[in-house]
Amino acid sequence: MIEFQHVSFAYERGRSVIEDLSFSIADGEAVGLIGANGAGKSTVMKLLLGLVSGEGTILVDGVPVNRQNLSQIRRKLGFVLQNSDNQMFMPTVYEDMIFAPLNYGLSREATEARVDAVLEQLGLQELKHRHNHKISGGEKRMAAIATILAMEPEAVLMDEPTSALDPYNRRLVINTIRGLKQTKLITSHDLDMILDTCDRVILLSAGRIAADGPADQILRDRELLEAHRMELPFCLAGRRLE
Amino acid sequence: MNKMEKALRELSEMDELAAHASPVHGLCPTAKLLTAIAYILTVVSFNKYDLSGLSVMLLYPVLLFQVSGIPVRTCFYKLRIVLPLVMAVGLFNPIFDRAPMLTLGTVVVSGGVVSMLSLMLKGLLCLMVSFLLMATTPIDALCAALRRLHVPGMLVTLLLLTYRYVGVMTEELAVMTDAYHLRAPGQKGIHISAWGSFLGQLLLRSMDRAQELYSSMLLRGYHEHFHYVDFKPFTFSDGLYTVGCTAAFLLLRFVNVAQALGGLIVR
Repeated sequence: MIEFQHVSFAYERGRSVIEDLSFSIADGEAVGLIGANGAGKSTVMKLLLGLVSGEGTILVDGVPVNRQNLSQIRRKLGFVLQNSDNQMFMPTVYEDMIFAPLNYGLSREATEARVDAVLEQLGLQELKHRHNHKISGGEKRMAAIATILAMEPEAVLMDEPTSALDPYNRRLVINTIRGLKQTKLITSHDLDMILDTCDRVILLSAGRIAADGPADQILRDRELLEAHRMELPFCLAGRRLE
Repeated sequence: MNKMEKALRELSEMDELAAHASPVHGLCPTAKLLTAIAYILTVVSFNKYDLSGLSVMLLYPVLLFQVSGIPVRTCFYKLRIVLPLVMAVGLFNPIFDRAPMLTLGTVVVSGGVVSMLSLMLKGLLCLMVSFLLMATTPIDALCAALRRLHVPGMLVTLLLLTYRYVGVMTEELAVMTDAYHLRAPGQKGIHISAWGSFLGQLLLRSMDRAQELYSSMLLRGYHEHFHYVDFKPFTFSDGLYTVGCTAAFLLLRFVNVAQALGGLIVR
């Protein structure tokens, strides 16, 4: 479904953020993109969504990500931003949810049905007409996921979906992610969540792939993780917080 | 709670007011908007010396306050910052226009004083009706009404996003203010030496946010066109309200009811 072929990118000349990156993600796969700060995780997302463009080829369902195909590509990819306030720009949850379907030409009736179905799927019916600036952080994050699901994307991309959430809301988001049938690409420092939601992990380090394999294998490799400024997930570390 | 947080609470109070139920709240937003525009145009069209004619226009906001159940006190409290500015508009009129206009007992009132009072009243009336429109109509409904009246989409989108993000940026400012005060004990406000960096930081944060927000819009298929929720349709009764009110405004504009009533009493 998603394919990176020798992709490189630099914000400034001579300072590469992504270097010769190649990987592919199959339909329905759940992939965790991990790495230390500045490893290039967010840039990979931006490249995939066509928000920045670099060298090399990126394909989504065989269609190259370029200016001509952006609308087609973005229709397939739903991106959940780290800061839900930046994602939820309309006054109410409902208006945010209808934004994308209407933009993509769906009728009002069909949009309404889709919104109701997504809200029911996530158990968020009571949020429907609430004002975005009046709901809590956890509700906002769930609502942000709902706005993306209302697009019915083929793949869901998430940037730090559990950051700044309390344990209850974090678990709610994790369960929601696990329930999604779409292809998933998730960037996060919450390795326990990655272990819970992803089958495969790509470890980025200085813009290159340091490891790519089953989540259970990579996230248990203490040496590998520590060599790239990371730690074992808490659930695997088997130690108390010092 | 710092000043910014208080401002945030006030902003959300407007949403709460707009969510009430009353005959005014139940009107179609387009009807309310059209009537408010007709009212404001009528008020500003009064002659600057026609204080008595203008005073009768007070009836409409008073009626709206009564029917909508919105306390007058709330209106004046929320307008406390803008009101003095609007009132200050005609402050210099008494200096430039000293020609005597009327006599109240032994006091001679100049044209400047009358025009100043008239300008103040005009400002007050326009602000009150604008407040009532905002307090009885949710912002999204108001934006939909503006689009229905073919106001350019870009302007309406700007209004909508400004309303949505003024709260978010105020929150940001509140956090920055708290961070400042925690490291500057005993200071009442923000010292002038920090204003530049304070505003600069806020601007940079706003720009970052704006960029991410725009990306989020693009990723969800935005192409310079916002879709608004279908609010209450413009019905016959809404039309009747709009036409009836506009006709009443015009009547009050061209027939000096106050003078006529005064004449009756004098006779």
